[in-house]
Formats: sequence, C-alpha cells, structure tokens
Amino acid sequence: MTDKFISIEAIAKRYPGAGGATTTVFENLWLSMARGEFCCVIGHSGCGKTTVLNILAGLDAPSEGAVIVDGQAISGTSLDRAVIFQSHALLPWRTVLGNVAYAVSSKWRNWDRVKVRAHAQTFIDLVGLTGSEHKHPSELSGGMKQRVGIARALSITPKMMLMDEPFSALDALTRGTLQDEVRRICLETGQTAFMITHDVDEAIYLADKIFLMTNGPGAVLAEVVENPLPRDRGRTDLHRHPLYYALRNHIIDFLVTRSKTFAAETPGHDPRNVPLVHIGKPGLSIASNEEQRQTWISGTSPGLTA
Amino acid sequence: MMTTSSLRLRAGLVSIALLAAFLGIWHLATRSTAPVATMSPEYAKLMGLTATQGKSAMPGPLDVGAKLWQHLKRPFYDNGPNDKGLGIQLAYSIARVGTGYLLAVLVAIPLGFLIGMSPLLSKALDPFIQVLKPISPLAWMPLALYTIKDSSISAIFVIFICSIWPMLLNTVFGVASVRKEWVNVARTLEVGTVRRAFTVILPAAAPTILTGMRISIGIAWLVIVAAEMLVGGTGVGYFVWNEWNNLSITNVIIAILLIGIVGMLLDQILARFTRMVTFPE
Repeated sequence: MTDKFISIEAIAKRYPGAGGATTTVFENLWLSMARGEFCCVIGHSGCGKTTVLNILAGLDAPSEGAVIVDGQAISGTSLDRAVIFQSHALLPWRTVLGNVAYAVSSKWRNWDRVKVRAHAQTFIDLVGLTGSEHKHPSELSGGMKQRVGIARALSITPKMMLMDEPFSALDALTRGTLQDEVRRICLETGQTAFMITHDVDEAIYLADKIFLMTNGPGAVLAEVVENPLPRDRGRTDLHRHPLYYALRNHIIDFLVTRSKTFAAETPGHDPRNVPLVHIGKPGLSIASNEEQRQTWISGTSPGLTA
Repeated sequence: MMTTSSLRLRAGLVSIALLAAFLGIWHLATRSTAPVATMSPEYAKLMGLTATQGKSAMPGPLDVGAKLWQHLKRPFYDNGPNDKGLGIQLAYSIARVGTGYLLAVLVAIPLGFLIGMSPLLSKALDPFIQVLKPISPLAWMPLALYTIKDSSISAIFVIFICSIWPMLLNTVFGVASVRKEWVNVARTLEVGTVRRAFTVILPAAAPTILTGMRISIGIAWLVIVAAEMLVGGTGVGYFVWNEWNNLSITNVIIAILLIGIVGMLLDQILARFTRMVTFPE
C-alpha cells in the first residue's frame, strides 16, 4: 500500500453513556485505501461501520484521531466525498432531474440552468433513467430511486463515493443489476469507493479489499482481505473461480465465529498494522508487514458453504 | 371510477334530501298556528304580527329566502352607520381577518423557523408560548383597547394574537422534524445555511406549516365575529348584534349562514394551498 489516498488514523468514537460513563464504539482505528480502490466493510450491526462512513463523509466527527483524504485532513462534509444513502434520501418534492440538478448546482454555483440540466441529464442517462427525468421519487420503484441516488452522487464528480448499504432495501434482482451498474461506473470513472454491506457475495463481487470488523462495542478492524478474484470478474462465472469459495468461507467463518472471539484470541492485535490476508495457495499468503500471521485458506475447498 | 362517481351522486342526493327535510320541518314548525286574540284595532297596531295574525316570531325558510334575495340584490348599499349592505359588513370582517392574519404569518413563520432550527431558543421560549397559547384572544381586548386606543386596530390585534399560535407551533414542529437524511444530503453537498433553509427545510416543512395556517384562518374567522360584537361599528359580528337589537331574527339567520359560507371558503383556499405544497413520499 504505497499510495494512501485515504488514510484513517487512530480515530475513536465515544458517546456519553448513562451515569457519566462513556460508551466506546471503537478506538484507535486505522484504515487506508489507495486511489481507485473499491473497499467493502463487513461486520455485524453495532460495530460502528456506519459511524466510520459518517466520519469519512464528514457528517460525524471522530472523538479522537483524523481522516486524511488526498493529503489533507478533512473537517466537515465536502463535495469531494459523495454519499449514497441507504434510504436513497431523495428530496420528494423534486423530480429526478431536480434532485440531480440540485447536486450539480450546489457544486457549480455559477452555472446557468441549461448547463446544470445538461450535466444532470448526462448522469441520469448513465444510470439508465432516460425518460424518467420528470417523474417524482414517489413514482419510481426502489431500484430506480437508488439509481437517482447514484446519479446524484456521481454528478458532482467526487474524489470518492461512500455507500452505506445502498442496495440492502432492494429485491435480489434489482440489487444484482445495480451492483453491475455501480461496478461498471466505478471501473469506468476510476472512482475510489467505500461501501458498507451485510452481503458477503456483494462484497466479493464488488470489492478489491474487504475490511472485516469485529463486534462492538470496542470494535476493531480485524483483517483486510484482499480479493483474489480478477478485476474483470463477471457475475455469472464468479463462483467458478477456484478461490471464490475459499474467500467466501473465510468471510463467513469470520462473521459466524471469529468476529465474536477475535479480541480474546488475538491479544497482540496491532490496530495500526492490521493483517492483510491473501487468499490463495499455501505459500502465497502474506501477512502483515510486522508479524507473520499466517492466514491461508486452501484454494480447493469444496463448493458447499455455510 | 364508476363506483366513486355513483357514490358521489348518491351522497349528493342524500345531502339534498336532508336539506329538504330540514327546510320542511323548519317551515312546518314556524307556520301560523297560535290562536289570534281579539283586540281593538288601536291595540293591534301596537302588537306584533305574532299577536294579531298568529304568526310565529321565528321566521320560516321562505321569509329568510325572501330577505336573503333582497340582500343579494343590494349587497353594497350604505345608508349610514347602522344600515349597510351585508357585502360591506363582510368585506370589513374579511379585511380585518386578512390584515391580522397576514401580520401573524409575517411574525409566526420566520420566528417558527428560528425556534425550530435552534434547540436553545426552542427550550427558552417554550414556557412563554405554553402560557400565552391558551389565553382566549378576547381576553386581550381590554388591554388592546387601552394601549392602542382604536377599536378597529384592536380587533386586528385580537385576530393577530389568536392566529399566531397554531402557525408558530406548526412551523416549529415542521422545521424541527425535517428528516435528518434530507439535511444530510444538503450537508454533503456543502449547501449553506440560508440556501438549505429555502431549498430543503422550507419545502419539507411546508405541508406542516400550511396545516397550521389553515387552523389559524379557521380560528381567526371564529374570533372576528365575537370581536366585532365587542368593538362594534362595522363588520358581520356587529351586524349580528345590531340585528338582534333590532329583533330581526331573519337577518341574524342570514348572517349566520353567510358567516358559515365565508368560513368554508377561507378554509378551502388554505386547503388548496396545502395541496399545492404537499408532496407524496
């Protein structure tokens, strides 16, 4: 990891609890991403995933630590970091075009109406909503609403996209289509993306790197799993890749058992040097640069999964 | 579509039947039935029609209809202080309500915005609002008359003070309960406070604000009649009281009917505005 486009450095989030006590959601969390990388965070509810995303977005401030994006510490929200909300968060009194144009005119305040509309239209076309520009969100299906959310996020040509379970409220078919779209758009535009998901298959299909977080409170980033699948992976033959099930089993094992026991089993865990896990043949695995934590999973595991 | 139109038709027929039944009963109840006393012609002149012809003191629907027709033919005549057309009286009332209500809008909506956006102001002003809100607007009247020293402006003040509370409270509630995610959208787009207030919070809170405005106009129209009975001079409230002093029950009934119709129209106008700003989710 030479190019640290995004670097989260020792952030903590604490809330005042009852009776003067403080609840620590997580502390001393380090995380970095390279430019153009697609990263997914997986972890159980309550581990602070959304808090990390909100801190990255600038909607929430960390109690300690800093976030550095492109060499600069962030403070507050920025048009460089677009957010795709889980609940799409479209303004219901605006049309599809109005919602996207609102973002465009927020970024380029001196653009005239025609230019704003033309720019917004480009992104509406990109997400395949041509013809629905003048509909209101209430007239759209869940998948179409989320497409508008994606178009709105992309239209401001951000440096990175932050997605908080963007497809969790959608049916399986729509989710698949939108995953394809997001993957295509991110590859085409070279977007850096940070996505929270509960869906292991979604993470495997989309991510270059998968961050595994343990259960909260006091959650830690346990591992960074590098996706061994080729970048030009396709949805249909994903599961035929020899390492697919090894990767999937590794993540599911983590979610089912290790996310609870990780802290007890790994006393020497260094949050600054989180083990980078390569899934592959024995001998190819590389652990963190500090300590050799051998984590390899055979590439020939049977096709049945948990 | 078929069923809704037929439902509407049937409901209309039932409404007409109920009206006809009401008018019929009214007519029968006010027929001349009382026995006519025999009296000397001089004495009869001094007595009303009730005594001489057995006519009920309560006018029947036909009397009211005839009188209403006269009023509708000449709504704007002005024969001096105590004899003005009903159109003029209603216009005075509507003008007072309109002035007081608009002043209340100008105060309540910006103030409600501030209170709704500031938890500090909201908490600090809450005790005052809680105490001032339940005060009957007419209780302010003596104070208004003493300080303003003008009965007409006092009436406007009473309208102002009674219509401000529903608007203020609804604006505060609407502004404070704008969905967090919409505000977050504006924040991630680096939209400034003023632009955010106009492009996100105002449209999001508009249906709630308009509901408050609709409640207010209803209350204002209720209160103006009572206020004008007190301050006198002009207006439909004064007209009602004046006709009661004239013992013209027919005119009182006509005024009641017109007060209802104007109130309904005012409510319908606000309902239309509310529909214009309501968004489906």
